[in-house]
Amino acid sequence: MSGFPILTLLTVLPLIGAAIALASSKHARNVALITALVSLALALVVWTVWSGSRAIGGYGLIERHAWAPSLGIEYHLGVDGLGALMLVLSAIVTLMSVDAAHRVHHQPGMYFALVLVLEAGLFGSFTALNFFHWFLFWELSLIPAFFLIKLWGGARRGPAATQFFVYTMAGSVVLLIAFLAIFVSTHSMDFSYLTLLASKGWLEPMVKDHIGPVMPWLAIGVLAGFAVKVPIFPFHTWLPAAYSEAPSPVTMLLTGAMSKMGVYGLLRIALPLFGTQIAQMRTPLLVLAVTTVVMGAWAAAAQKDLKRVFAYFSMNHLGYCLLGIFALAVPTGGIGTDTAVLTSQAAALNGVILQMFNHGVTAAALFWFAAIIQQRTGGHRGIDDFGGLRKPAPVLAGLMGIALFSSLGLPGLNGFPGEFLIFRGVFPLAWVAATVSMLGLLVTAAVILTVIQKVFTGPVPEHWATFPDLHHGERLALAPVIGLMLLVGLLPQLIVGGVNPTVVYLLAHWRF
Amino acid sequence: MLAWTIYLSFAGALTQALLPKERAALSRWLALGVAAAGLAMAVAGFVVGMGQGRMTIIDRPWVPSMGIHFLLAADGISRVLVSLTGLAAVAGVLFSWNIEVRTNEFFAFFLALIGGVYGVFLSFDLFLLFVFYEIAIVPKYFLIAIWGSTRREYAAMKLALYSFVGSSMVLVGLLAAYATAGSHSTGLVALGHANLPVSFQMWCFPLVFTGFAILAGMWPFHTWAPTGHVAAPTAASMLLAGVVMKLGAYGCLRVGIALFPRGLDPWGFSFAGIGSWRDVFAALAVIGIVYGALVALAQTDFKFVIGYSSVSHMGFVLLGLMTLNQIGVTGAVLQMFSHGVIAGLLFAIVGRIVYDRTHTRQLAELGTMHLSKRLPFAALAFVIAGLASIGMPGFSGFVAELQVLVGAWKVNPWWDVAAGVGIVVGVAYTWRAMQKVFFSDVLPSVHVLEQEHGHELAAITWPEVSGVILLAGASLVVGLYPKILLDAIEPAVNALLAGGGR
Repeated sequence: MSGFPILTLLTVLPLIGAAIALASSKHARNVALITALVSLALALVVWTVWSGSRAIGGYGLIERHAWAPSLGIEYHLGVDGLGALMLVLSAIVTLMSVDAAHRVHHQPGMYFALVLVLEAGLFGSFTALNFFHWFLFWELSLIPAFFLIKLWGGARRGPAATQFFVYTMAGSVVLLIAFLAIFVSTHSMDFSYLTLLASKGWLEPMVKDHIGPVMPWLAIGVLAGFAVKVPIFPFHTWLPAAYSEAPSPVTMLLTGAMSKMGVYGLLRIALPLFGTQIAQMRTPLLVLAVTTVVMGAWAAAAQKDLKRVFAYFSMNHLGYCLLGIFALAVPTGGIGTDTAVLTSQAAALNGVILQMFNHGVTAAALFWFAAIIQQRTGGHRGIDDFGGLRKPAPVLAGLMGIALFSSLGLPGLNGFPGEFLIFRGVFPLAWVAATVSMLGLLVTAAVILTVIQKVFTGPVPEHWATFPDLHHGERLALAPVIGLMLLVGLLPQLIVGGVNPTVVYLLAHWRF
Repeated sequence: MLAWTIYLSFAGALTQALLPKERAALSRWLALGVAAAGLAMAVAGFVVGMGQGRMTIIDRPWVPSMGIHFLLAADGISRVLVSLTGLAAVAGVLFSWNIEVRTNEFFAFFLALIGGVYGVFLSFDLFLLFVFYEIAIVPKYFLIAIWGSTRREYAAMKLALYSFVGSSMVLVGLLAAYATAGSHSTGLVALGHANLPVSFQMWCFPLVFTGFAILAGMWPFHTWAPTGHVAAPTAASMLLAGVVMKLGAYGCLRVGIALFPRGLDPWGFSFAGIGSWRDVFAALAVIGIVYGALVALAQTDFKFVIGYSSVSHMGFVLLGLMTLNQIGVTGAVLQMFSHGVIAGLLFAIVGRIVYDRTHTRQLAELGTMHLSKRLPFAALAFVIAGLASIGMPGFSGFVAELQVLVGAWKVNPWWDVAAGVGIVVGVAYTWRAMQKVFFSDVLPSVHVLEQEHGHELAAITWPEVSGVILLAGASLVVGLYPKILLDAIEPAVNALLAGGGR
């Protein structure tokens, strides 16, 4: 496949789809479906092609052209295991989202066009290897997300959209300033070159020479930029409003794919460039990660609205990713050589990447179910509004139960291997943080069981006695998703096998 | 070839003046033809000049006894700005399609203004440059005074007075330079080689620079800009913000910095961190960036928001010039182009697309009009223009401001911190305007509104659509592929900073 610009094609395809969707308002959803399907196929091709050359562990499918040389701007694309997996995830989540959105009455052309632009933004940011190029897509994805919330959201969509936008924009400005400083010092915006500089330990002296001892501040700035997107406590306050006010299919995209941009940024940019600084701040960062885990769980316990419960679940689950990421930054003053530590770090990192994928699929599925329930009840989604739905709607109860248990981390389903690997890696590296986070796991389990109990068991209220079960179309659409959960749960090797060489490669280039 | 942009515009202006009053349609098409031909020649000149340095177009003695030549030439900076002028001219005609009062006179003044602007960007003789600079002021005055709105006489007078004060400062400086140099030529190149004494440059530089910077909207001499922009008819505000402010900035660079480079040297003492004229003007530029943004945030009139945003964005141009390094000055020139396109688009949306239909510019009133539903095209256009204006990556403004920031950082990182505040406030005012005008939440239904207002809003016309596509497309193309312009600007800036352009 060398020479064929498949990554460019992948990014441009949704944009073409968006233009067609906009033009053919009536068939917009079909256009979006086809585009999303083709994108998924292409993303899978990228994943397999990359896997073919994965022994190297570095970037594959590289495309590189001059863009604006005086500014260090290049058109530089490539994927490694992490990037390729995120492409597949974005494509899956987009397909699910389009699938779930079959009742957009108001300006469907615009709606699906925005969804596809968002997909292009995701693809672009997961393949870019130059800061400018990456930033372009990072911002590009923000615009459609804003308008999807703003124009198709719930009753309080205005403030939710503004809050979402302002938070993320503030994060972007901080990121931009940090990279400006790096560019002034190194005259480069290229991720691989900067990673090389940092892994040799040259980046910090260069910044010091040109600007002064500001490296820790730059690290904080970059972390803050990503912290908003993930989000990390205390930057999370935009999340419950945005996730619950956005239409559910859009929330699927926000939590399933967009939140991964933040975690991805931490792995692709923050750890490689600022590993030393992050290792120095490891304890406070771990405290934030643990707080995110525990607070997310407790906050979910306090919610009455299904979508808000799921929103806080998202926070909790991505908290595990953060826990893994910060725990593996063990300050060693160089590139790690201790085998025991490396094994733990590799386990944690594999777990983090697997968890990113799993959370994407599971969280998107949960919000899909929320959308289905809401459609059937004309807007009701309080957990106390229901009861005994297992009887009138056994298939819905069964499938949603599987998704909920996947979220809980039940062995055999996809949630388990990721969280297991994270804890396997984190325990030897930071046992206090791991232990406290276990608390989050318990609370989440309790919340999930409560939801199942309140919604699906117990006496059936009279007006829900004829609650319609999933019809064939919905079963057909949901089956592959549930199948994927089982598949990854039973054969995590499918993903870990593709990701592990990248993990080894990354750990060999990160300097803590 | 580029010289024809000037001749053609003036010929077009003359023809317009001779046309019968009642043939409005003919006037429009003629104006569009002239503007489009100008754009075509500007672009052709740009393409032909790729990879070339300064090219003399025509050099004839004019007033031989004083060494004045009719000397037109173009380097990369000129070519970029001439192309910008061509774009702004075509867009200006497109957005003036609905002018019904004294149409031919309107386009006569419009084309005369455009001709003057082309002339300034192509003159390499100081005297000639000054003549074109003055020519451009007169049509501005009439465009505002006759076809303007809010307090138009006041605004037109204020604009003219500020311009004349600025140009008389320039004139004094130029005459002094001519006398001091003892040279027998007013050519920019010849004067640049005259080795003016440092002490002379020290007082002449601030005089000339300030004179030009007034027209570039430098704080605290910016106050003509918002009132002038607001009062002017749409096409005139597009030209004012789009190209006329660039005349000032261009003069600062081509005359101020190139002829008096030693005027920027340190004074030898410093007061509160200010130790040279460079620090003074950089500080004023930064104040302009932040002040313009903050004032824009407080406006209740849609057009004033955009008016003050111009002051803020022009601050970036001045800041870029004061970096005196390649990347910063290149950024300043790119920002001139970028702001020219974006400000033109914003004024077109506010003045032509929205105001001509709603007949109000008050944010609060516009908020009740359900505009995102009734004028979805306007909403879309404003979102795109707004994103370009706040410096979203992918649009020209991002690359330009990034270069200015990088250049400024090398000189003094504190300038960047302050400018960063301006950028954040810039996001805020743009967002506020967008929310209030197009996406206000508290709304009666469309039906009720149409009953209240008694009529539907007029449909969007083709000139508007093509104008928006032209300007937004230019910003997007340059934003995605800045190399197009950078390849032309960088060598010219290098030559200018190294002294070769003098």
